[in-house]
Amino acid sequence: MNAPLAKEEAFLQFLLRMGDNTLILGHRVSEWCGHAPVLEEDIALANTALDMIGQTQMWLGLAAEVHGPGKSADDLAFLRDAWDFRNVLLVEVPNGDFGRTLMRQFLFDAWHSIQLGRLMKSSDERVAAIAEKASKEVAYHLERSADTVVGLGDGTEESHRRMQEALDYLWPYAGEMFQSDDVDAEMVKAGIAPDPASLREEYDVLVSRILNEATLTIPESRFAHKGGRTGAMHTEHLGHLLTQMQWLQRAYPGAKW
Amino acid sequence: MYAQMVKSEATQDDPEQLAAFQARIDAGEKIEPKDWMPEGYRKTLIRQIGQHAHSEIVGQLPEGNWITRAPTLERKAILLAKVQDEAGHGLYLYCAAETLGVSRDEMTEMLLDGRMKYSSIFNYPTLNWADIGAVGWLVDGAAIMNQVPLQRTSFGPYSRAMIRVCKEESFHQRQGYDAIRKMAEGTPEQKKMAQDALNRLWYPSLMMFGPSDKDSVHSAQSMAWKIKMNTNDELRQKFVDQTVPQAEYLGLTVPDPDLKWNEERGHYDYTDPDWSEFFEVIKGNGPCNTDRLAARNKAWDDGAWVRDGLLAHAKKKAGRQHAAE
Ligand SMILES: [Fe+2]
Ligand SMILES: [Fe+2]
Ligand SMILES: [Fe+2]
Repeated sequence: MNAPLAKEEAFLQFLLRMGDNTLILGHRVSEWCGHAPVLEEDIALANTALDMIGQTQMWLGLAAEVHGPGKSADDLAFLRDAWDFRNVLLVEVPNGDFGRTLMRQFLFDAWHSIQLGRLMKSSDERVAAIAEKASKEVAYHLERSADTVVGLGDGTEESHRRMQEALDYLWPYAGEMFQSDDVDAEMVKAGIAPDPASLREEYDVLVSRILNEATLTIPESRFAHKGGRTGAMHTEHLGHLLTQMQWLQRAYPGAKW
Repeated sequence: MYAQMVKSEATQDDPEQLAAFQARIDAGEKIEPKDWMPEGYRKTLIRQIGQHAHSEIVGQLPEGNWITRAPTLERKAILLAKVQDEAGHGLYLYCAAETLGVSRDEMTEMLLDGRMKYSSIFNYPTLNWADIGAVGWLVDGAAIMNQVPLQRTSFGPYSRAMIRVCKEESFHQRQGYDAIRKMAEGTPEQKKMAQDALNRLWYPSLMMFGPSDKDSVHSAQSMAWKIKMNTNDELRQKFVDQTVPQAEYLGLTVPDPDLKWNEERGHYDYTDPDWSEFFEVIKGNGPCNTDRLAARNKAWDDGAWVRDGLLAHAKKKAGRQHAAE
């Protein structure tokens, strides 16, 4: 039996989950810079990445505060190793083609917008304030990613095929966002955050509506990869991402940038 | 300057119409897309604005090279915002060029097959993090030198685009200077990075203003039309005069042993860049030309299915709406 989690520790884990999701996905999206299919997409992808890095600063900033003196958001982003990251696996998988990137964004945005809506009512004012600010940005992300998924799903034969492939590849990563554990139980008890499982129904309704409009078929299997949000097992991809992201901080410890 | 060596077109128009056109320009009037204009004016502007737009687009690559390695969340956010701005500049400039009767897709094709150019500066690599500061400080700085006067250019849409662009470019320059200052004041390794960045980017930045006036044959007509406001050497001098004290403030050494203040001229004397290198870069032999163009071509080719898909969807949707009405 595990010892019951202290509330502070659970709160820290919760904040890391929020901040690591936006950090890692923001990083992935930023890899597109200068390589998008059309100029408007270059702008939109940079804007999405920028919003997510801004949200990371808020979540990890609060996490650093909770963690105790002498830690900063940058320390958390740049000086933890893979096993300390608490993002879902969905956000760390490689970009693939533009279709997979936008499908991943859509599957994440749909969860993110529902989650932030609930967090706006958090008993913790700081959490509610971050959620309020982020939810405006994420409403726009969702509108854009959903429109793109519909446009490409219901576009040409090729774009349809690629979007279905993207969905087939990513779907097994969607379930992790709704898995509850001790940390979540503690957050529910404190009124800080909702039970992840309680978001699933609303998510399924939203995602089915959009994917249906996109003429795409949701895979039958409900199988879900897991291990990211608990830190038990990340993908092989995360280490490479961190190698790049953390390089300067690791190579020149203590330098101010 | 993002437009270098823009060849101005000879003009074979009715002399009376030409004189009236020149009179409007001399009187400081703005020429708008629907107004009569000499064919040479139109073509030269397409080339110049197009080159500027392409520079903003290709310029995403050397800066994008460091986005995933930015050392702090704040620096990553600043760099993302800057690169987003640059893509936005590309967009306004393509729109300005489109008013002259050439589409963005046509201009893109011409960039991709090498018929149109972009600034030589983006054919140099960004090799350490200080390069990102140096690009903002020097490259955006040089761009501003040229673009501030262009806010008064005779072609209305270009002038308005420059007004929007300049505000953001000055912001980029300040942020770039701040980033390199942090390093110049940092650890010995950081200071070394800052000096290394200046060593490599100094002469390429001077090249941004184009060849020396004595070798620049296209200026006179463009200046009369107010699509070029100053000569290359004037702007280069202004840039050197502004930048040298900034480098001194940082404690960095400009890589020019002959650089010195000339009391009599009231300007710095400086060494010209190696013009043979400049002409090689323009010809395609810079350190990154091949890779930059390949990256843009790959983005365009890989994105074809996306553009086609979205277009097909828009058509279907319009068709369905039409059927429903
Ligand atoms: Fe720009
Ligand atoms: Fe620029
Ligand atoms: Fe700029």
